Amino acid sequence: MSQSSSSHIPRSIFEKIWASHLIKTLDDGRDLVFISRHVLQETTSAPAFKKLRETGRAVRHPELTVATQDHIVSTEPKRDEATNPGGLELLRLMRANAYANRIRHFGVDDPRQGIVHVIGPELGIALPGCILTCGDSHTSTVGGLGALGIGVGTSEVEHVLATQALALTRPRTMRITFTGPLPAGVGAKDVILHAIGELGIAAGQGCAVEYAGEPIRAFTVEQRLTLCNMSIEIGARLGLVAPDGATFAYVRGREFAPTGDVLDRAMAAWRKLPTDPDTRFERDFVVDCRNLAPQVTWGTTQQDVAGVDQCIPDPSSYATAQRRELAAAAISYMGLAPGTPLEGIPIDVAFIGSCTNSRLGDLEAAAAIVRGHKVASGVRALVVPGSMSVKRAAEAQGLHHLFRDAGFEWREAGCSMCVSINEDLVPPGARCIATSNRNFEHRQGPRSRTHLASPAMTAAAAIAGAITDSRRMMLI
Amino acid sequence: MSAPFQDFSGMAARFKGTNINTDAIIPAAWLRTAHADFGRGLFARWRYDDAGNEIPGFVLNQEPFRRARILVADENFGCGSSREAAVWALMQFGIRCVLAPSFADILYENAFRNGLLVGRIGPETLARLDAAITVHAQNPVFAISLSETTITDPDGTAHHFAVPRSRAEALLRGDDEIAITLGHLADIEDFHKRMQQSMPWLHRDPRTGWPSA
Repeated sequence: MSQSSSSHIPRSIFEKIWASHLIKTLDDGRDLVFISRHVLQETTSAPAFKKLRETGRAVRHPELTVATQDHIVSTEPKRDEATNPGGLELLRLMRANAYANRIRHFGVDDPRQGIVHVIGPELGIALPGCILTCGDSHTSTVGGLGALGIGVGTSEVEHVLATQALALTRPRTMRITFTGPLPAGVGAKDVILHAIGELGIAAGQGCAVEYAGEPIRAFTVEQRLTLCNMSIEIGARLGLVAPDGATFAYVRGREFAPTGDVLDRAMAAWRKLPTDPDTRFERDFVVDCRNLAPQVTWGTTQQDVAGVDQCIPDPSSYATAQRRELAAAAISYMGLAPGTPLEGIPIDVAFIGSCTNSRLGDLEAAAAIVRGHKVASGVRALVVPGSMSVKRAAEAQGLHHLFRDAGFEWREAGCSMCVSINEDLVPPGARCIATSNRNFEHRQGPRSRTHLASPAMTAAAAIAGAITDSRRMMLI
Repeated sequence: MSAPFQDFSGMAARFKGTNINTDAIIPAAWLRTAHADFGRGLFARWRYDDAGNEIPGFVLNQEPFRRARILVADENFGCGSSREAAVWALMQFGIRCVLAPSFADILYENAFRNGLLVGRIGPETLARLDAAITVHAQNPVFAISLSETTITDPDGTAHHFAVPRSRAEALLRGDDEIAITLGHLADIEDFHKRMQQSMPWLHRDPRTGWPSA
C-alpha cells in the first residue's frame, strides 16, 4: 500500500493504522480490515476451534497467531497444567487446538508464558502500527505501543482464525489530553482511573481513544500499557498512545521483534504514525491531573473513584437520580457508609497483578513501598507477576525475597485474582484492594468487595491493613 | 452462523439497571468448562442465593417474566468483559431480543453474531415500554417485527427501535459472516501479499523466527 499520501487532510494515528490495514469498505458500510496479529487465550477460544472443525475451515494464517494459557491456570508455585483440576479441560483444549493448527503456544511449561496482554508486547509480537485482536476485553493494552488492540468475542475469534480479517464498524475518533505535570507518587493507574471518574464508564462507546499530553510522553512504555489497558473501562473500542523513542527502545531486541534492515524500515514507518498537527477528533476532552492524588475506587464501577484523601460520597450529592441510585447501591454492596474517609478502611486482601499492573515496573513500585515493612496481620497479600519473564526479572533483583520476607505470596504468572475463573478468589464479604481493572459486584468471587488502585497504593494498604496514602509511606 | 431471525410474540420483562456488565449476565464460575449450562447461569449471582435457591424478588424468577423472550433494559447494557457466553446465556434462557438505550460495543457485536436482536430505543420509548409492561404484568406479550423494526405492546401500539438496516437484513437472512468474508478471500490474500512487501516487520513467523512465506 502507498505510504506517501498526497492528501493534506491531517490524520490521527488511529486513522493511519486503520487505513494501512483496510482491505476494502463493504456494501453495508463496514470496513473489512486485515488483522495483522491474533492472540488466543484458553477461556474464549475452544468453541471457535470446535466450529472451525465442524465447518471444515482451516486456520488461514497460523504464523500471525499465537496462543497462551493465562486465565484459568493455577498460580501456585511450581504449578503445571493439572494443578488447578477445574482448569484442565480448557487448558488441554488450548494446547491441543494450537498444536493441531500449527499455532505457536506459550503454555504453562514455557518460560515465556504469561498474561496474554503482558507477553504480547514483551515478546515483540505486538508491534507499533499493527492491528491485534484477542478474545478478551483488555486487548486495548497493546495501544501502549501505538497499536490498535481490539477485544472481540468468540465468534470473531473464529472469524479471524478462518479469514485473518474482520468486518468492523469504523470507530469514531476521540482524544483525551491529560494536563500535567503529575504530582510525585501519582502514576498511570491514577490518571486513567481519574479520567474514567471524570468522563464516565460509557464515555468512549464506539470510539478509538488516543491518549495525549505531557504526562503520557513522560510515561514509560509499561505505564502506557497500564493506561491503555483500561480503555474498555471507559467504554471504548480501543485506546492508544503514539509511539516515540521510548517505544522504539522498548521494542528493539524483543524476541519476535524485527531486526536489522527490517527494523530500520519499521522504525521509519513508525515515526510517521503520530497524529498530524491540527487533526480534528469527533470527541475531544482535556483531563487535568496537576493536583491529582492517588486514586482508589469506592464503588462497583470504575467511575466510582476518588482521591485517597477524599470520603465516600453522599449519594444525594449527585445531580441525576440515576447516579444517586447507582451510588447508593454501590456503597451498600461495598459495606460502606457515606462520609467515611477512604483512608483507614480496613482491607482483608491485597492483590498485586493482572494485565493492568503486573509488569516489572509495577512490582518495583510496590517493592519500594514494602521494603522494610511487614504485611499487616490478618491480611492476605499476593504478588502475581504478569509473565514468567517478569517473574525472572524481578527475582534477578531479589524482589521475591523482599515480598516473601514481608509476608506476601510470590506466585506464578496468570490472571489470578482479577477474574475469579481460577482458584484465586476473594472470600465472600471480604474486602480486597487490587491493582486489577474491575470492581464489579462478585468480580473477584461471590460477594467480594474490590477497591481498585495502583501498585504503590495496594502495597501500602497491605502494610497498613487499611487503605492508606502511599505517598506517606514513600517518605518514611 | 445463526438461523434466520423470525418475527415473534413473547413475554417482555423490564430489566432495570444502568451499566449491567457481562460478569453479572454470566459469572466467571460458568466459564470454567466448554459445556456449561449458560441458561441456568444467566444472572446467577442475582438469581440464586448461596445455597442455589432462587431469590423470589429477582424479576426473572417471577411469573410470567421467567418465560421472558424480550428484555427491556437500561443504558450501557453488557459492558465489561468480552465473554460471548453473556449472549449465549441470554439466548439459552430464551431471550431473543434486548431493547435498551445503548449497548456496550463488544456485546453488541456478539449479539448479531448469534442472532440475538439488540435494538436501541430512546428514553421516551423506554418509559412507554416500562409502563406497558407494568400495566400488563399478568400477560405482557409483545410482538417484535424486525422488518418493521417495531415492538407492539399488548394494547396494539407499535414502538420503533433502531437497528442498522444492513444488520437487520443480515439477521433476517441468517448470514454466515465467515462465509461472506471468505467471499472476499482473493482481496484478503492480495492485501496480505502487498503487506508482506510494505510492512515486512509484521510477518516474522513466531514459530520459526524467520520471515514467513
